[in-house]
Amino acid sequence: MVANEQSQSNRQNCDKDVDVIPEIGHFSLILALLTAVLLGSIPLIGAARGNAVWIGLAKPLVNVQFLLIAFAFICLAYAFATNDFSVAYVAKNSNSKLPLQFRIAAVWGGHEGSLLLWALILSMWTVAVGLFSKHIPDNMRARILGVMGLVSVGFLLFMLIASNPFERMIPAALDGSDLNPLLQDPGMIFHPPMLYMGYVGFSVAFAFSIAALLGGQLDAAWARWSRPWTTLAWVFLTIGIMLGSNWAYYELGWGGWWFWDAVENASFMPWLVGTALIHSLAVTEKRGSFKAWTVLLAICAFSLSLLGTFLVRSGVITSVHAFATDPRRGVFILAFLVVVIGGSLALYAWRAPKIGRGGQFDVVSRESFLLANNVLLAVAAMAVLLGTLYPLFVDALGYGKISVGPPYFDAVFAPLMAPALFLMGVGPIARWKESSLPELATRLRWALAISLILAIALPFALGNFTAWIGFGLFLAFWVFVTSFELIYKRLAKSTGSLMARIQANSRSWWGMVIAHLGIAVFTLGVTIVKGYESEIAVKMAPGEVAHLAGYDFTFDGVKAVQGPNFEASVGQIHVSKNGKLRTVLEPQKRIYTVSGMPMTEAGISPHFIHDLYASLGEPLGDGAWSVRIYHKPMVEWIWFGCLMMGFGGILAIADKRYRLRNRSKNDTPSNTSGAAV
Amino acid sequence: MKSVLRALIPLAIFLALVGFLFKGLFLNPKEIPSPLVGKPAPQFDLPRLDNPEATFSPKEMLGKVWMLNAWASWCPSCVEEHPVLVELAKTGIVPIVGLDYKDTRPEALQWLEKGGNPYVAVAVDADGRVGIDYGVYGVPETYVIDKSGLIAYKQTGPLNARNLNETILPLVEKLQAQ
Repeated sequence: MVANEQSQSNRQNCDKDVDVIPEIGHFSLILALLTAVLLGSIPLIGAARGNAVWIGLAKPLVNVQFLLIAFAFICLAYAFATNDFSVAYVAKNSNSKLPLQFRIAAVWGGHEGSLLLWALILSMWTVAVGLFSKHIPDNMRARILGVMGLVSVGFLLFMLIASNPFERMIPAALDGSDLNPLLQDPGMIFHPPMLYMGYVGFSVAFAFSIAALLGGQLDAAWARWSRPWTTLAWVFLTIGIMLGSNWAYYELGWGGWWFWDAVENASFMPWLVGTALIHSLAVTEKRGSFKAWTVLLAICAFSLSLLGTFLVRSGVITSVHAFATDPRRGVFILAFLVVVIGGSLALYAWRAPKIGRGGQFDVVSRESFLLANNVLLAVAAMAVLLGTLYPLFVDALGYGKISVGPPYFDAVFAPLMAPALFLMGVGPIARWKESSLPELATRLRWALAISLILAIALPFALGNFTAWIGFGLFLAFWVFVTSFELIYKRLAKSTGSLMARIQANSRSWWGMVIAHLGIAVFTLGVTIVKGYESEIAVKMAPGEVAHLAGYDFTFDGVKAVQGPNFEASVGQIHVSKNGKLRTVLEPQKRIYTVSGMPMTEAGISPHFIHDLYASLGEPLGDGAWSVRIYHKPMVEWIWFGCLMMGFGGILAIADKRYRLRNRSKNDTPSNTSGAAV
Repeated sequence: MKSVLRALIPLAIFLALVGFLFKGLFLNPKEIPSPLVGKPAPQFDLPRLDNPEATFSPKEMLGKVWMLNAWASWCPSCVEEHPVLVELAKTGIVPIVGLDYKDTRPEALQWLEKGGNPYVAVAVDADGRVGIDYGVYGVPETYVIDKSGLIAYKQTGPLNARNLNETILPLVEKLQAQ
C-alpha cells in the first residue's frame, strides 16, 4: 500500500520485495569487526597475564569471526547472483547480461569486494592456524591468533568506514555498468584469490614472529612451526603470480608475459622476500642461527604484502591495472600500515638486541651460502621496490616527474639473480657449519664442465649464439646438472629398490630439489623465448599466406560471432608445415557492448617445444586485417617451472616431521639424514 | 648500544618511506590539474616518425581541436590504451597527434605497424625535452588543445571508453562548437 504512493524508481524496488540481504551482510560485517576486536585483545592480554580462561577464548572467537565474514561474503555473492543493482558495488561491477560465473568472480572484481575477499581469506588462515596448532603451547597460540585478529580489525574497519561493499544506491540502477572486460576471463576467476591466499598467508609467519617476539620464545621449535605455513603461503603466491603472468600473455595480445608493472611488482616483492624467508627459516630450524634476520624477513614479507595493497588500492601509482582513486582510502591504509608495520618494527628494535646469535659457522658453509642467497633476494626485492616507488620519490622531492620502465628492472634484476642461481648449485651440497672449498670444487667440476659445454653447444645447434643466451643457458643447465648429481649421490647412498631409495630421503628434501629444478625450467624457458622468439605483423586478406619460423599461416578470414555481452570478430588461421596441416588458430577481437571497450583474445596453440600465437589487429577493409603472428619457443616452460616450484613446496609441507601424530616422539630440531634446506 | 641502533634501522627506513607515501597521496598522478591548462601549448619543432626529414609543429594544427598523445613502445599502459586510440581515430571525431616519448625509431615504427596507427602525425621526442615542457609524468598522457592552441585538458594515464565518453569527447564537442 505504501508502494502505490511511491515514485516510479522506488516502486521498482518494492515490486521486487526489497531484499534485506545486503543489510544482513553489512550487519554481519559489523559483528565480525566486534569479534575481531575481542580476538585482538583478550587472548593477548590473557597470554601476558597467564589467564587461562582468556587464552582459551581465542579459538571460539576465531571460528565465530570466520563464520560472520563468510556469511557476509555469501550475502554479497547473492546480491551479484540475483542482479541486485540497488547495491552500488554490484551496479558498478556487474551487468544482467554478464554470465553467472563472471558475476560471482565480480564479487572480487572491484575495490570493496577484493577487500572482503582479503578479510575472508585472512579469517580462513586464522581458523586453519587454530585447527592445526594443537602442538603449540596455549599462550603462544593465543598470541598468534590475537595478532591475526588485530590485522583483521584493520581490514574490517577500513571496509566499514571507507569501502563498504553493501552500500545502497537509491534509486537503484536499471542495469549495472559491467565488470571491466579485462577481468572477464577464466584466469581472472582464480588469479586474485590465489594471490590473496599468498599475500594473506604471510600474515601467519608474521603473527608467529610477533608472538615469538612478544613471548621471547625465538627457538628452533618456533621456526619449525612457522615453516609449513610460510611454504604454503609461498606456494599460493607462486601459483597466483603464474596465473597472472599467463593471463597477461593471452589476454593482452602482445605475446609478453611480464611487464614490470607496479601491480605485478607489488606481488613479486613479497615473493622474493618470502623465498628468502623459507631459506632463512631452514637455517633457524636446523642450526638456530639467523633468528633476528628470520624475524625481520617475516615482518617484511607481510609488510610488502600490505604495501602492495596500499599501492594498488590508493592510486599512488598508476598502472595497467588502474584502480579507483580515493585519497581518503589512501590515508586510512597508510595509517594502518604505520600501525602494523611501524609497530612490529618497533617491537623488533626493542626485542632483537636480546635475541641470541645461535650456532657459529665458517665462511665456507651451507649457512653462509644461504645467507648470500638471502641477501641477494632481499636486495632484489629492494631494487624492485625502489624502481616501483622511484617516480613517487622524485615527484615528492619536487624534481619533476619521471617513469621507470622495464630497462631498469632488466638491468638490475638479472645481475642479482645470476649469482643466486649459481649458489643454488653449491648450497645444497655444502655441509652445515664448515665446508671445504677444494672438496666442493672437486665435486662440482664435472657439473661445471657439462653446463658450460651445453650452454655453448646448444645455441650453435639452434643457429644463434649471443653472450646473454649462453649465460642464461649456463645458469639453467648448472642448476639442472648439480640437482641431478645431488639426486644421483643421494640415491646411490641408500640401499634397496629404487622406490625404497627415493623414500629414504625426506619429502622436504625432494620438495627442495623439485623447486630448484622448477627454477631451472623457468630460467631455460625465459632464456630460450627471449633469445629465439620471432614475430611478424602483416596485412592479410582472406587466402593470403604468411611465413614464420618454417610455418605457413593461411588467413581464412574473419566471421562475426555474438557473445553473451560482447560482439566478437573471430579470425581463422590455418597453420601448416611442408604442406601438412598442424593447427588452426582462432584469434578474436571483442567489443564489450556495455562499456564499448575493445579486447583481444589471442589464438594460441600451446606446445611443449613452442607456442604458435596469433592476434588480430585492425580491420583494413575488404576482409583484410592486420595480424600479429608470434613464434614463442619454450614459453610454456616459464609457467611449467612455476608449477614445479609450487609442487616442490607442497611436497615440503607434506614432510613427516610436520605431521601432528609424530610430534610427541620427535619434538626436538630434527637431525634426520634427509633433512632439507 | 650498537646492536640497539642496528635494530632500529628497519624502523627508520620504514618511517622515511611512510613520509614519501603520505606525500604521494596528495600528488595523485591521475588527478593533478596540469598547470598548463588554459595556457598556450608549448611550441616545438620535432622530426616526424614516418619521415625524419620533415618536422611537426603544433602551429600546423591551429584552427582545429586536436589531441596530443604522449606514448612510447616501452610503456605497458600504452598496450591497453592503444586499441582505444585506434577506435577513436576511426570515428574521425578528432585528429590525434602522437608524441613518441624517449623511444627508439625502429621500435616505435614496429609498434604502429603491429597495433595500427591512430595518429595523423607522430613527433619524435627522443630525449624527452618536449615532454618536460609539457610536464609529462609518465606515458601515456593526453592533452586536448583547442582551435587557438590553448591546452584545454590533460589526461594522465591511459584513455579508456569511460574517460573518453564522460569527459574528453564532450569537451572536444564543446570546443569544436566554439
